[in-house]
Amino acid sequence: MLVFTLASVSLVFVIGIGLYYRSIPILNKLSWFDLLTKSAWKPMKGLFGFYPFIMGTLWVTAIAIIIALPLSIFTSLYLVEYAHAKIKRVLIPFVNLLSGIPPVIYGVWGVLFIVPLIQEHIAPHFIEFSTGYSVLAGGIVLAVMIFPLIVSIITEVLTTIPQDLKDASLSIGATKWETIKKVIIRKATPGIIAATVLAISRAFGETIAVLMVCGNNAVVPHSVFDTGYPLPALIANNYGEMMSIPLYDSALMFAALLLFIIILLFNIISRVILARLERNLTT
Amino acid sequence: MTNTPHISVQDFNVYIENQHILKNININIPNKSVTSIIGPSGCGKTTLLKSFNRLLDNTANVKIDGKVLVDGENIYDPNVEVTHIRKKMGLLSQRPYPLPMSIYDNVAYGPRIHGIRNKSELDELVELQLKATGLWNEVKDRLNASATRLSIGQQQRLCLARGLAVEPEIILGDESTSALDPVSTHIIEDLFINLKQKYTIVLVTHILRQARRVSDYIIFVYMGKIIEFGPTEEVLLNPKEELTREYVKGFIS
Repeated sequence: MLVFTLASVSLVFVIGIGLYYRSIPILNKLSWFDLLTKSAWKPMKGLFGFYPFIMGTLWVTAIAIIIALPLSIFTSLYLVEYAHAKIKRVLIPFVNLLSGIPPVIYGVWGVLFIVPLIQEHIAPHFIEFSTGYSVLAGGIVLAVMIFPLIVSIITEVLTTIPQDLKDASLSIGATKWETIKKVIIRKATPGIIAATVLAISRAFGETIAVLMVCGNNAVVPHSVFDTGYPLPALIANNYGEMMSIPLYDSALMFAALLLFIIILLFNIISRVILARLERNLTT
Repeated sequence: MTNTPHISVQDFNVYIENQHILKNININIPNKSVTSIIGPSGCGKTTLLKSFNRLLDNTANVKIDGKVLVDGENIYDPNVEVTHIRKKMGLLSQRPYPLPMSIYDNVAYGPRIHGIRNKSELDELVELQLKATGLWNEVKDRLNASATRLSIGQQQRLCLARGLAVEPEIILGDESTSALDPVSTHIIEDLFINLKQKYTIVLVTHILRQARRVSDYIIFVYMGKIIEFGPTEEVLLNPKEELTREYVKGFIS
């Protein structure tokens, strides 16, 4: 069993090394700095600037977090602090169900519902024209996808807060809302941060749903209504095609390596925060 | 009893999850003295204590009837504001639960909630209450440190200071020394004895020696009923009821 465990764990390193190895051709041609900061993406001419993709990823992820985080915090607070046991029993499975829906269905929902909504009802208030395929659409779809993840972690954290601590605040004459604002949220902050970091790394990697609604244009987005082209979408869209272009294969591998590193980093950060949180709770 | 009652419980019944936890409680808690509630585990001591500041409200599936009068006002009257009732009472729980903030902010928490914003006024209040609980000299150089850094005994005194800072009339203690070492226990007990000049104190305790050391009156509760109530020495040394006599000898628990 140890062998199997080690084999699965070492897979992480194998993938990391493999990706790096396959990225070497492009890294020999262009520096890390150029790859990360140049915005021209013209594979035919040998120009591989990843900046638009990195920005596309950041825009979509940031929008998703901005939408999902407040929603998740209020949902969790409601579920833990206010909801009646019966309501909780009905609602929590629904929230969990959201995380079980395959991403492609979110993508279809995004195309059929969110994209037209933005095109016809939201964008016209702000700009002249948008097709609806935009980083905003990607962000909204992603927000719905990471929402159950954040809610499940935050509700977990909130339930670990002892009733006696809440009583301590209430017995001083604080209202329930004051107690939530000043004591519960503060106590839950490390957990909320960990949930956010975990959600970010999930959002970074999400591919298919985002790919379907973002428009996939290799330009740097400047507003929420612009199209974007996140890294995972780049890889999924192009891998296996256009491989005759020199270095293209290696460039995609480099994109994968970038994603891999970012997600690894975020996971480590969230583990550290969660570990620290647990230590605080036990002492 | 020479004193006018501060808390008066009348025909009070509590059911939790359809179990009859407190049965027809009638008791008058004397003003400006220490009253201890004793009895075996699970007899309803803590429930009785928590009914005084309506913390019972937060328990799931709870049904309450009867009256609890504090200063003649029925706190279970639907028109009563709960925060106003709770402000009158400081609660000291079994283990210290400092709020997740600094020492200073813990003490200033109550006053701030009740509208005091003035910095110098807050400073004064914090110093006053930390002195009242004997913490001032120990923490005055690190008021902005996290309250969780204090020892358990110090934390419990901080919680007492936090409760006192809203200027309550009553202090409720729920086995407040059960997590503390003997020295800290002694400090808290002495504090209770000193504080009774200004406050009415109601304690729940397992420890008969503690009840004897600190309290003026004792309520003996058994299976949700009040069996006996009277001055400390009488209840402990010369109980009227058979059940009390057995418990005091240590038979029931």
